[in-house]
Amino acid sequence: MLDGRGKTRRRAGARLWLSAGWLVLALGAALLAPWIAPHDPLAQDLFAGRMPPIWVQGADPLYWLGTDSLGRDVLSRILHGGRVAFAVALVAGVATAALGALLGLLAGFYRGWVDVLISRFIDIWMAFPPVLFSILLIAVMGPGLTSIIIAIVVIDWTRFARVVRAEAMGQGAMDYVASAQVAGRGRFSTMIVEILPNVLPTIVVLLTLEMGIAVIVEAILSFVNLSISTDSPTWGSMIAEGRTSIHQAWWVLVFPLIALFLTVLSFSQLGEGLKDRFDPVLR
Amino acid sequence: MADIYDVQGLRLSLADMARKPLFGAAPRHEILKGLTFRIARGEIVGIVGGSGSGKSTLGRALLRLLEPSEGRVLFEGTDITHLPESALRPYRRRIQMIFQDPMSSLNPRHRVGQIIAAPLMLHGVEGPREAALRALDEVGLPRGFAARYPHELSGGQRQRVGIARAIALRPDFILADEIVSGLDVSSQAQVLAILKDRVRDLGLTLAFISHDLSVIRRLCDRVIVLYQGQIVEDGPCDRVFADPQADYTRELLAAIPDPDPDSDWF
Amino acid sequence: MSFLRVENLCVDLKGSGDRLLRGVSLNVGAGEVMGLVGESGAGKSMIGKAILGILPRSAGVVDGVIELDGENLLALPPKVRRQRIGAKAALIPQDPLTALNPSRRIAPQITDRLVDILGWDRARANDRAREILAEVHIADPDRVLRSYPHELSGGMRQRILIASAFAAEPKLIVADEPTTALDVTVQKQILRLIRDMQARHGTALLFVTHDLGVVAKICQKMTVLYGGLVVEQTDVHGFFRAPAHPYSRALLAATPRHDDPAASLNPVPDDIIQAVRAEVAAADRNWRNG
Repeated sequence: MLDGRGKTRRRAGARLWLSAGWLVLALGAALLAPWIAPHDPLAQDLFAGRMPPIWVQGADPLYWLGTDSLGRDVLSRILHGGRVAFAVALVAGVATAALGALLGLLAGFYRGWVDVLISRFIDIWMAFPPVLFSILLIAVMGPGLTSIIIAIVVIDWTRFARVVRAEAMGQGAMDYVASAQVAGRGRFSTMIVEILPNVLPTIVVLLTLEMGIAVIVEAILSFVNLSISTDSPTWGSMIAEGRTSIHQAWWVLVFPLIALFLTVLSFSQLGEGLKDRFDPVLR
Repeated sequence: MADIYDVQGLRLSLADMARKPLFGAAPRHEILKGLTFRIARGEIVGIVGGSGSGKSTLGRALLRLLEPSEGRVLFEGTDITHLPESALRPYRRRIQMIFQDPMSSLNPRHRVGQIIAAPLMLHGVEGPREAALRALDEVGLPRGFAARYPHELSGGQRQRVGIARAIALRPDFILADEIVSGLDVSSQAQVLAILKDRVRDLGLTLAFISHDLSVIRRLCDRVIVLYQGQIVEDGPCDRVFADPQADYTRELLAAIPDPDPDSDWF
Repeated sequence: MSFLRVENLCVDLKGSGDRLLRGVSLNVGAGEVMGLVGESGAGKSMIGKAILGILPRSAGVVDGVIELDGENLLALPPKVRRQRIGAKAALIPQDPLTALNPSRRIAPQITDRLVDILGWDRARANDRAREILAEVHIADPDRVLRSYPHELSGGMRQRILIASAFAAEPKLIVADEPTTALDVTVQKQILRLIRDMQARHGTALLFVTHDLGVVAKICQKMTVLYGGLVVEQTDVHGFFRAPAHPYSRALLAATPRHDDPAASLNPVPDDIIQAVRAEVAAADRNWRNG
């Protein structure tokens, strides 16, 4: 009690609240897009093409963030694009984490031939060039939301597996594992009850990073036209379109870019913030 | 008095991964080189030795956390040397261990209450919560500690949680592996006093591993001295301290810095 | 004349303002060995770190004087202070396994200080390294100087660290629990080596330890700390004959000893802990009231 050690508290507040705030806002807006979007994201109005955002001179007050070259409302397209981005982030992120963490735990905790098998598989898997691999996958499966999610899971599970394996190996050497054995707990039960809570903070941080990566991968695939069919707006495809008219209509590129940037940044900060705030060991 | 442990010609070797060749198996490094001894029911026996003496390995072999390569370990007459984990389960309840480093042996993400109650639940003890709280009483910790995490406790308190977890199951035998080596002298004295009292109250048998002969002298009835995987001396504490037979025991005793500036120690 | 004089040293944890050292004063003369004892959190290591200017980033000196060889270190600009400390003081660290850089050979790890701070040329520094290794009974200094730490045993590395501390002929050495991680038999050898080296070089030694037994064997004077407060400061013979402070008495009764089990490992009574905590709180009140 008179010891000063261990008293240095971490400031977790701002980081966690800002990132969580943006994500809740963006997710809410994406979910409610069909109701709150001022326009149909696909509706073209060739007479209102390349309208600037409302604070720039010559804007149309109906289009808050302006319109693209086909006269589609940028704000509505961002809101609808968010639906795709979040669907990919959540589903692909969680599925990647679940698969990778399970294999990593098994390899790191059971060691022996289980580890040899899984580790060799990871090594071989990681030797494939990921971009080529995903393009190939989507070419085979055909574009679409499901294909993108599967591509992300198939490529990125190794990231989880390797980190969780190393972490589980370290935890496996701790005496509380021996102590569980003394208490008569089985191997698999020990892995779930004793090891998993100790690697969970790492998994959460990786998971949020993965969600950010998933958003970017989706955008990249949209950018190269391998994502979803062109009739549903995505941030990637908006950025691709905006790039061609950057000199005439910068807003078509910049606003989806900001949405993408803030979302990816918030995901990565959320993980660190959650760890600082909720990990009982750091608290 | 019946023997709780009967160890005959115990040998144990581990793979030496540091010297593993590129292909093929790693060479074996023999840590225990044929140990024979008995532990009588109700006895408090100290096991002492320097680093590399094999004392912790011996402890883990007694608990079958490690499998011996040769020899036999009998627990109450039953040969447990090579029993598979499933067959060991009924014995697990009766053989408990307190570990050296409570930071490592108490899961940092479980609360103290969970840590003590988990083994009780695994063995289907009735009223595990109440039993866990009672165990906290028995080691002199407030019941409110059940809701705390291990890192919120001091070193001595953590080690008392380790004792509570071990005695909550009402085992027959407890192995304590260097349980006070990381503690301050004041908490060291307190933890040892509590351990000794509970072991006597509950009529347990205790094997106490330590590198510190002074601690063993205070706690134990009998001492086994290990040196490089072999027993060099085994006898009642009074006799061994008054009249050590082995050179290594004499060397150990002479190296203890007693709190006495007048002796010609060097 | 004392070579090291510490006066009313106060160290705070930055930010929270929690006090780690509460007005510590002590004097160590040339050739004298002073033991700093206390339990974890008593601030015993913190004193040595403050003197050597290696406090953790989270702690800072808020008051007091640290006088080394007649010069108040705390009044000097940081660069000059580091220079003075490097030339006149050295550390024997606790953990021989992490105190040496695993990716450098031994030679530069001993000679760097001689070259950088004392301005010696490499050849002279290398000669000195060879000489000092021989002094700590290392049989083949040339081979050891060419080695990497992992090629040497733990005991050998601890010898190297001791040699390294004495290499620049410092007037003061702080030994921070240098034998805590060692077996008793090795501890005895290392203590003997430190004592011999200290006596031969006439160095002032500040020996930080939690083990009263070690203090009895190696120190002449001692300071008992609790919660960053000096509880008792006395000469070693007087202390072990009759400790003055109740907390010191309890600490001595709690210390293990093999020759007299009844006088060993007696738990420190709660009321004594309460009383010494009250003293710490009273010191804080006095300090706050000026």
